[in-house]
Amino acid sequence: METQTRSGRPDERRVPTIIVAEFDTARDVLHAAEKVRDAGYQRWDTHTPFPVHGMDRAMGLDDSRLGWIVICCAVTGLAGAVVMMHWMNGIDYPLIVGDKPGGAPGALPSMVPIIFELTVLLSAFGAVFGMLGLNRLPQHHHPVFGSDRIRAATDDKFFISIEADDPKFDVDKTRALLEKAHASYVEVVEEDAS
Amino acid sequence: MAYWEPIRALGEAPLVKPGSSLKDVTHEIARVTETPAPRGWWLAFGLASMFAGIFALSVAYLFYRGIGVWGNTAPVYWAWDITNFVWWVGIGHAGTLISAILFIFRQKWRTAINRFAEAMTIFAVICALIFPGIHVGRVWVVYYMFPLPNQMSLWPNFKSPLIWDLFAVGTYFTVSLLFWYTGLIPDLATLRDRSTNKLRQRLYGFFALGWRGSNRHWRNYERAYLILAAISTPLVLSVHSVVSMDFATSVIPGWHTTIFPPYFVAGAVFSGFAMVQTVLLIARSVFKLDRVVLMRHLELMNKFLLLTSLLVGYAYSMEFFIAWYSGNEYEMTHFLHNRPQGPYWWAWLWMVIPNCVFPHLYWFKRFRTSIPVMFVVSILINIGMWFERFVIIVSSLNRDFLPSSWGLFRPTIIDVSTFVGTIGVFFTLFLLFMRWLPMVSMTEIKGTMAQADPHWHGKDEHAKEPAAEGGLVPEGAE
Repeated sequence: METQTRSGRPDERRVPTIIVAEFDTARDVLHAAEKVRDAGYQRWDTHTPFPVHGMDRAMGLDDSRLGWIVICCAVTGLAGAVVMMHWMNGIDYPLIVGDKPGGAPGALPSMVPIIFELTVLLSAFGAVFGMLGLNRLPQHHHPVFGSDRIRAATDDKFFISIEADDPKFDVDKTRALLEKAHASYVEVVEEDAS
Repeated sequence: MAYWEPIRALGEAPLVKPGSSLKDVTHEIARVTETPAPRGWWLAFGLASMFAGIFALSVAYLFYRGIGVWGNTAPVYWAWDITNFVWWVGIGHAGTLISAILFIFRQKWRTAINRFAEAMTIFAVICALIFPGIHVGRVWVVYYMFPLPNQMSLWPNFKSPLIWDLFAVGTYFTVSLLFWYTGLIPDLATLRDRSTNKLRQRLYGFFALGWRGSNRHWRNYERAYLILAAISTPLVLSVHSVVSMDFATSVIPGWHTTIFPPYFVAGAVFSGFAMVQTVLLIARSVFKLDRVVLMRHLELMNKFLLLTSLLVGYAYSMEFFIAWYSGNEYEMTHFLHNRPQGPYWWAWLWMVIPNCVFPHLYWFKRFRTSIPVMFVVSILINIGMWFERFVIIVSSLNRDFLPSSWGLFRPTIIDVSTFVGTIGVFFTLFLLFMRWLPMVSMTEIKGTMAQADPHWHGKDEHAKEPAAEGGLVPEGAE
């Protein structure tokens, strides 16, 4: 077992923040995730260079709620476009072209392109910023970055991390669980107690 | 949910050469941004930025003197400016088609070229958006195009196709940028984690937003990607349709046709694929990317070019047929006399021959897999599609209903330098992208490999049966 000492002052009292286990294949990390899920952990995650097929089920995650955010944005875009055109061309400065006041039902066909475009635009904002919001990104600091090995998670290795905040967390038991699940390397990330 | 399942389940051949490991893929793609640029890059960058400089000077002169420095004059008030605008917007379309539509149809081969094509979309749309911006004459009141409160309490007329166009192209640019950036986030994290120098770590780290490959994140990320692809699909079809309505809603013979929206969309995809092909071939030879961008991908793109060439050819012939079938004398004069026999007959030939004749070479595998043939044909198609827009815009405007209002358009040197300059801007941006960002999506490529399959047992099963799958044939054509 190796431990990370970032400060270079090993005599100081340090507490574990997260345990990081490295796996060599997608298959290993998937089966290990099933074991961690069955052991009842809550605050844990897997880190993989690409989304591993079946990992959501292996981690016991439910479906993404992003779609609900996007549909709300889409409806806002649609309604906003109708209201904007109706108010600008029909109420604030009525513009009568082809005997049709702007924004009136008779002008609806000419409003379709902009209604469509604004619906798409707001849906896209909802999809991207909603995704970042649900993921709590940007977040440049996270205990998992305390490990040097985790850098390979964006290259060719697969990781499971279990946070020390987890109610079931116990350094020795958690480490044993991960080692039994065929981790090729386990690291306890620590920080100064304060 | 993994939307990019391991590729074998879908019956496609692997994207990377057999025996490659995940690390090989990272290295192959990331090394381009980490090692000094090859001499070819510097040569191309020098040339491109020189033309970008010419563009800056041309626009400065245009702003100083006014629109009169271009050849636009009665009755041809729209000339190269709008030709260039439509040409550049059209080029962007292939990028979205590759990244969104092929994603929805689960065409895994798109992964080799999608990042590239998306970048091309963004830079092409930037070049396109320049033209409506600079062609207004009084650039200091260009904000009148937007629905902003102003001292005259005037709002845009939302019944005008020109404002539809603004919304369509503006939305298209924004959504393409978001789509591209979303795809880049995991790859930026890869570059951050590989970098050994502080500055690179900070910069890539900043834009990677602290991505840590978390599966709780992938879950929302993949959903976001799917939704973006789903909304980009109708968006890309709408953009060139709306562009075509700039013309189709008028009464000018040659513009007033109902075939315009699908005809423009087909032409856009056609020219866009040709531009992807041109740029990809250059990048592939400069950066030696033949391990990732395989001959099979180039061949598939050639098949797309053949298909869209047939669609465009069909639209050309249908325009002629309907002009004759309608019995309308102005339509007949325009299509049967003015276009092929009028003062711009040579432009008409430049439109028909590259777009409808050369792509037929691609019926033969020998030509589909020949790099020199596809490079030349892709450039011919780019030229042909530019002339298509020139024919539609200039040859329709120069002779309308009354012979007394006929006139000829002649481009000036500033017309030429502005247009050639935007090509410089495009390639400058593109070369910077190729140098500093991963050209191919490492994440998605890895997701299609055998190692991504949770049932993979640690040996490369493809290596045993290379002859059985088409994509693995060694590239003899180079």
